[in-house]
Amino acid sequence: MFLLALITVSAALSAADEGRLKIATTSSLYDTGLLESIVDQFIEKNDATVQIPSHGGTGIAIAAGQKGDVDLLIVHDKAREVKFIEEGDGLERRCFAYNYFYIVGPDDDPAGVSGLNASQAFKSIMESGLSNPDQVKFITRGDLSGTHSKEQSLWKAAGYDYSAVNTSGPWYVDAGSPMGATLIMANEKSAYTLTDMSTFMAYKGNLTLVPLIEGGDELLNVYSAIAINPEKHPGVNCQLANLFIDYLVSPECQEIIGTYGQEQYGKPLFFKGEGNCDLMGCSAEECVVPTQAGCAQA
Amino acid sequence: MEEIWNGILRAVELIVTLNPEVMEITARSLFISFTAATLAAAIDIPLGGLIELREFRGKRALVDLIQTLYGLPTVTVGLLVFLLLSRSGPFGSLELLYTPTGMVIGQMILISPILIGLTISALRGVSPHIRDTAISLGANESQVIRTIIKEARFAVVAAVLIGFGRALSEVGVAMMIGGNIRDYTRVLTTSIALQTSMGNLETSMALGIILIGISMILNLSLSRFQGR
Repeated sequence: MFLLALITVSAALSAADEGRLKIATTSSLYDTGLLESIVDQFIEKNDATVQIPSHGGTGIAIAAGQKGDVDLLIVHDKAREVKFIEEGDGLERRCFAYNYFYIVGPDDDPAGVSGLNASQAFKSIMESGLSNPDQVKFITRGDLSGTHSKEQSLWKAAGYDYSAVNTSGPWYVDAGSPMGATLIMANEKSAYTLTDMSTFMAYKGNLTLVPLIEGGDELLNVYSAIAINPEKHPGVNCQLANLFIDYLVSPECQEIIGTYGQEQYGKPLFFKGEGNCDLMGCSAEECVVPTQAGCAQA
Repeated sequence: MEEIWNGILRAVELIVTLNPEVMEITARSLFISFTAATLAAAIDIPLGGLIELREFRGKRALVDLIQTLYGLPTVTVGLLVFLLLSRSGPFGSLELLYTPTGMVIGQMILISPILIGLTISALRGVSPHIRDTAISLGANESQVIRTIIKEARFAVVAAVLIGFGRALSEVGVAMMIGGNIRDYTRVLTTSIALQTSMGNLETSMALGIILIGISMILNLSLSRFQGR
């Protein structure tokens, strides 16, 4: 009896699946509210339900995609995105927005990184941290998020082997935490950390940390969308995922992205992908509008 | 399903090979929660005895309140202790935020209602004759409390173990107060949260199985102790 009721209820609930899109994303797009504003506009134009069940970071988002639990990935870690597609889990990568990572730290800047480029700054933080771990600390996300991936590539660019950095001493604090919690910890400990610009802006009011390095190619942060491959994961809603991607790159949505946060924070949190394909380091195919990816079912 | 099965295999592998990181995290979990449960017991058992023995106005309301707090949300305790220990909070100068000591304090607060409440319940089960006899033999208040606690020792020890189990399995305080710092405040529950967010679902599952295993050992030893 109970089982019958359960089956009836779940059948009724999943009847709406046809028009339901599930997105897995990174915390920056979700916590800043940008993705939800885009979703609101999208729903107004399309008869669809959009849910964002996974918003903890690129690591868990990709895991959700690999299991076919979501229909669309919106993340920021090119290397892992490319691998995801190569392994057949995703269709095509579409770049739609970017901003920059910041290196933030205490106002008095004990490692003297202000004015350096990102990899020089990392070098300086490590050297100062090794000789003076009480004064100079770096907090790492340590959670395989997109930000953590960027951090690892910056250590590499600074000439270090990441596993050596990771175990080099108490100056390097592995927080294993999301961006917001990591910023709060860095604030409490007067430490340096790497953050995406949008999360920093959203938390700025509660922090005494200041951005010390705010730009440069090395700190570029590109967001892209990938529909899950229905050939590998039958049942995913590929049509709706592609429709959403097309909306992301449409002039209307690009306008939302390019102005989001202007009122609240005095400047936008993200930049349009439109017309910035080269700057984002994306190929022509990755910037095609609308998306050409088909939805052939297995 | 695959993750669950692989998680079990991975758990066995991590235990059999004595994986140093897992062993260290497990030991830290046990140490922090054991310390919290022991210190909380030292305060809460006598306190429970005092509340049970004395008659005062609002006693009923107090006991109700304590029982309500059994289900205290761990993140709320985490937040409260965070605000107290933060650099800008009243105890900021002690520098206890993101330390194991801070976690012990948070877990003590979290499990205290359970320890006090269950102690009171345990002592209620002691026959009033024992109390009366002790008083008639000239025992003072603390001697009476000690006598009835001794009489209800099985139930009181069970209360402490339940508190220990809750401290060991909670994640809110450990995450907010400890900060999940590797080699310092990372414990089993925060590792599980981290591994999950990394997408390492099997390792996450394995750590969960280790945690369940510890709880099982605790329960079995409790049953043994109670002679069942």
